[in-house]
Amino acid sequence: MKKTYNPSLVLSNTRVDKVGVEERVARFQTRSIKNEAKRQGLHMVLNMIDLTTLEGKDTPGKVQQMCYKAQHLHDSLPGLPTVAAVCVYPSMVAVARKALGNSTVKIASVSTAFPSGQSTHEIKLADTKFAVDQGADEIDMVISRGKFLEGEYSFVFDEIAAIKEACGKARLKVILETGELCTLDHVRMASDIAIHAGADFIKTSTGKIQPAATMQVTYTMLMAIKDYYDQTGIMIGMKPAGGISTAKLALHNLVMVKEVLGNQWLTNEWFRFGASSLANDVLMQLMKTESGLYQSPDYFSID
Amino acid sequence: MAKKNTPTPSTEWNYAASPESTSHIRLEKKYQLFINNEWVTPSSKKYFPTINPATEDVLAEIAWANDADVDKAVKAARKAYTDVWSKMSGAERGKYIYRIARMMQERAREFAVIESLDSGKPIRESRDVDVPLACNHFFYYAGWADKLEYAVPHKKPEALGVAGQIIPWNFPLLMAAWKIAPALAAGNTVVLKPAETTSLTALKLAEIIKDSGLPAGVVNIVTGYGDTGAAIVNHPDIDKIAFTGSTNVGKIIQRAVAGTHKKTTLELGGKSANIIFDDAPIDQAVEGIINGIFFNQGHVCCAGSRLFVQENIADLVIRKLKTRMESLYVGDPLDKNTDIGAINSKEQLDTINKYIKIGKAEGAEIYQSDCSIPSKGFFCKPTLFTGVSQSHVITQEEIFGPVLTIQTFRTIDEVIQKANNTPYGLAAGVWTDKGSRIFNLTTKLRAGVVWANTYNKFDPVSPFGGYKESGFGREGGVHGLSAYLK
Repeated sequence: MKKTYNPSLVLSNTRVDKVGVEERVARFQTRSIKNEAKRQGLHMVLNMIDLTTLEGKDTPGKVQQMCYKAQHLHDSLPGLPTVAAVCVYPSMVAVARKALGNSTVKIASVSTAFPSGQSTHEIKLADTKFAVDQGADEIDMVISRGKFLEGEYSFVFDEIAAIKEACGKARLKVILETGELCTLDHVRMASDIAIHAGADFIKTSTGKIQPAATMQVTYTMLMAIKDYYDQTGIMIGMKPAGGISTAKLALHNLVMVKEVLGNQWLTNEWFRFGASSLANDVLMQLMKTESGLYQSPDYFSID
Repeated sequence: MAKKNTPTPSTEWNYAASPESTSHIRLEKKYQLFINNEWVTPSSKKYFPTINPATEDVLAEIAWANDADVDKAVKAARKAYTDVWSKMSGAERGKYIYRIARMMQERAREFAVIESLDSGKPIRESRDVDVPLACNHFFYYAGWADKLEYAVPHKKPEALGVAGQIIPWNFPLLMAAWKIAPALAAGNTVVLKPAETTSLTALKLAEIIKDSGLPAGVVNIVTGYGDTGAAIVNHPDIDKIAFTGSTNVGKIIQRAVAGTHKKTTLELGGKSANIIFDDAPIDQAVEGIINGIFFNQGHVCCAGSRLFVQENIADLVIRKLKTRMESLYVGDPLDKNTDIGAINSKEQLDTINKYIKIGKAEGAEIYQSDCSIPSKGFFCKPTLFTGVSQSHVITQEEIFGPVLTIQTFRTIDEVIQKANNTPYGLAAGVWTDKGSRIFNLTTKLRAGVVWANTYNKFDPVSPFGGYKESGFGREGGVHGLSAYLK
């Protein structure tokens, strides 16, 4: 059933006070995660990572190497999970599919003329269908920020709904590119539109624009997910992406998910980190919890 | 059409215990009175225990000052005033106050841990709020010491003399700072009595004062119960009484000083209104409600203990509030993840429980969060009462605990009338997206402090104090100085 845009989404928009959000986020950051909670948290973080390469200079070789790393994060430490997914451009999905074989690691592909989204409807649909046909399990689309800022909310909504249809069985992550939306009120409104239009996940950023996944933005989006869940009983996933490169920040994000949405969101089915350098910092912290010593970054593979 | 998701098995992820270390703190077994920069045994020969309200373990024995001890302290303060402090330049006084502030900062961790041990407040608050704010009060007033003529233009600023100061147990170190810092900056000497359940940080502050080389007798700290306080209030050679505490005791003090030359400031109880309009940022307002009533276990004179929610959003706000309450951690005050610590004393816990019982008997609907509380020590679950009116005892009387009453309102006039319909007038909170509405309400609410879209924010620069039975006089800011000047 095709979803239609409901203007009350915008009219009844939930107000967000930036100062209050900053204070709330600061509270999460005072949580102290020690010992077993830290070890378990770091394992969860690894298992929630969408290991990402989204560059013009990506080659099949680069993607193959990353796919290997996705399944072998640090073989000298037994018992580690794999990452959740690899995230690549549509043209690299087939390469990733081949490299991952029947691994449980999923393939996420960006689409809809990522990262700007400045293209035609037909091209965005074709981009999406191509990625799905190549074997993508998940589609990371971008919303039309220009249209959103113009006030063309129904355009934004309809576009998301159309891409959702084109995804077929693939799960749809909707990138709001919050760094271009500027205010938390806009972030909240865009989250509500994306969720109602059929997003399986909402995602902060492309990683190409700063600021990206600040905790303030992620908190605002989590509250949108929470309100939708309270109204409908439907869970929506969350993916902060861009700027989360340390284990500590990742753990604070998990604290936030736990305290806002509850433990049931703490799996990679419902929460992901879009990141390229986070994994190695987490590995370094994990090795430190095992050995009591920080090792040189040279002991952790870069792929 | 999205279907309802089948719930996935949830991941249990619980925070491991994360207690702040107590290995770095130094506590004596027995504390004497601090008079004339010396530790003096009380002529009463009596001591009383101070306990950790989270474990009921005795932390130390504290001297119990009688009339003779208080007299000794007042004499020391008078001599220091006459011989030294009143003759010293403001700039010199300022240097001492700055030195005390810096030494407190250097020992901030020790102060925070002792405060949490002795008072039951969570280490997150003593570390992030009480101790830094206390230091800031000393820093702020140190700056005023040589600029008093700018604080009271067209008047020659003159100190009052000896100030008797009696402080409560809810913010022990912070209240000591609120009292001592402006008094010293304005050129007075001090006899201070901390509350009987929380003497330790004031006594640690005495150690710093001694180490700082502040002239002997400028600050004297006498510990004890209400009789010690009465001895200060009734001492004929005291020029000023500054009291923070209950309205009942405030009235006794007011009667006692009537007809004397003593100047008085009283900062008393409250039953402050926190008002949520339907255009408020709801999730942030919910945080404000939580901070308003559960900060420091609700042991806050300006706690937002009467919540008014506009009727059309009441169900939503109450649902969100209940959900948020479930993510509050109640327990060991020294654990860095604890949000709500121990109730300060058995006596206070009994008072709170008495009001919870009254609320139930009055037919109000109670909701308490589902958290577990330690079996030992004094703890109270965060508590809400809905279905209450202005006529309920629990909305009229100060409970001084983590107990919130929730009423709905329909119009602005109605909520202003109800918010003001109390003998108290210390603080209020207003939550709305409309700037004009905020200014309208700040002029109409009879409360000393009105917070807009926030709650329980304190700063040394900002004056604080009440209307009506919440007391008179202002502490903090320039206003706080005039309370210590002729």
